Amino acid sequence: MLLITCPWCGPRNETEYRYGGQAHVPYPDSPADLSDEQWAEYVFYRDNPKGPFAERWMHSIGCRRWFNVLRDTATHEVLTSYRPDEPRPGGNR
Amino acid sequence: MTAEPLPEHPDFLWRNPDPKRSYDVVVVGAGGHGLATAYYLAKNHGITDVAVLEKGWLAGGNMARNTTIIRSNYLWDESAAIYEHALKLWERLPEELDYDFLFSQRGVLNLAHTLQDVREGVRRVGANRLNGVDAEWLEPDEVAKVCPILNVSPRTRYPVLGATFQPRAGIAKHDHVAWALARRADELGVDLIQGCEVTGFLKDGDRVVGVETNRGRIHAGRVGLAAAGHSSVLAERAGIRLPVQSHPLQALVSELHEPVHPTVVMSNHVHVYVSQAHKGELVMGAGVDAYNGYGQRGSFHVIEQQMAAAVELFPVFARAHVLRTWGGIVDVTPDASPVIGRTPVENLYVNCGWGTGGFKATPAAGWTFAHTIATGEPHPLNAPFALDRFTTGALIDEHGAAAVAH
Repeated sequence: MLLITCPWCGPRNETEYRYGGQAHVPYPDSPADLSDEQWAEYVFYRDNPKGPFAERWMHSIGCRRWFNVLRDTATHEVLTSYRPDEPRPGGNR
Repeated sequence: MTAEPLPEHPDFLWRNPDPKRSYDVVVVGAGGHGLATAYYLAKNHGITDVAVLEKGWLAGGNMARNTTIIRSNYLWDESAAIYEHALKLWERLPEELDYDFLFSQRGVLNLAHTLQDVREGVRRVGANRLNGVDAEWLEPDEVAKVCPILNVSPRTRYPVLGATFQPRAGIAKHDHVAWALARRADELGVDLIQGCEVTGFLKDGDRVVGVETNRGRIHAGRVGLAAAGHSSVLAERAGIRLPVQSHPLQALVSELHEPVHPTVVMSNHVHVYVSQAHKGELVMGAGVDAYNGYGQRGSFHVIEQQMAAAVELFPVFARAHVLRTWGGIVDVTPDASPVIGRTPVENLYVNCGWGTGGFKATPAAGWTFAHTIATGEPHPLNAPFALDRFTTGALIDEHGAAAVAH
């Protein structure tokens, strides 16, 4: 059971949350100009690192707000959590 | 005290050679798929200058952690074809490999608990029959005849409204499957090299020409990746991305019991699957943990939910104790179907994305992956499972359709 801190509600059990996959995936600036390969990249390809990973969680039975978590996928250690309008701590990758 | 001398250690089933400087083919990963690939490279294609590199020990990853269910009752034509090919190979492998790995065709029930489940199941039975896969629709009283310990009372929270049944499905002893394949591949000349981690790839332009390992540089004409949960990590070292996400998948066994469970029962809706191993343990699994993870363990509430489902379906299990739980790392694709084929790097091939269902496919994965590596072209069975389907949009969407939620 992970212990995850919601930026608004504080530390809660993992069972209060819903997982949302990789964070910081921007919608394409000009979707009409994308090639099939670029669409495939946007729709189907996500980072899958063994180590620190910035990911989205939603406090589904609490405040119902999305936020981001930096978590180590090898150790399951939750490193930090932050609001969606904040940059990834320590920069990208 | 009279000391009986210890018995001699039995002969090893395969050699443990040092890696040579060069091979025609290097397969990365000595799990079921990697071993089957090496076996069929040698047997079907006469390619015996092959090394299978394993960072840990042989068959110590998901091959040691799965729930051993074998079935081929998938909805879509492409899936039914490759899994049915696997089942036909399973039926002849014990004799072909001269190794009784306890393949037991005790059938699989996929339960329906809602009207939608019933419609989906009846449709899948029809699709299976058109594809030559044995399948029947059973009403609740017929389900109870196949598996008497199942609670088919209408007064449960999620009553059993019927089930699909595939009589030819079953289970096998997973470790022994790996050992049987390893022994025969070794006899055919394949080098099985344990404790050998691939740390990088040697490239000549866009072409792979070998691998860097913790035991030195190994040149290779062709390289095939069969690393399951760590496929992304390897692919990144080769400079490519794969459309997979790695998740923990947990399973558990009870202590030993007398034989009480004659078949395999899977429930998509309450989500547990249960069989009884030959030794007597009840073997149970369910879905993946939602988050990405490489730690070979998951969260306890996932186990709690699958146990709740198991006790609902099998009241007799309520007094059984959990003996142990464990987790493996499965790589899941966006359409819950595998990727077997070429990569953007020449002479580098990938077999990945089997998600929660790789064990049952072991012989067919090896058969088709060996064909792809040997000829440079996909076998008709794995052509639809190419990496480029995520660009063309020709997905094989087995989410839910495959008789179990992923």
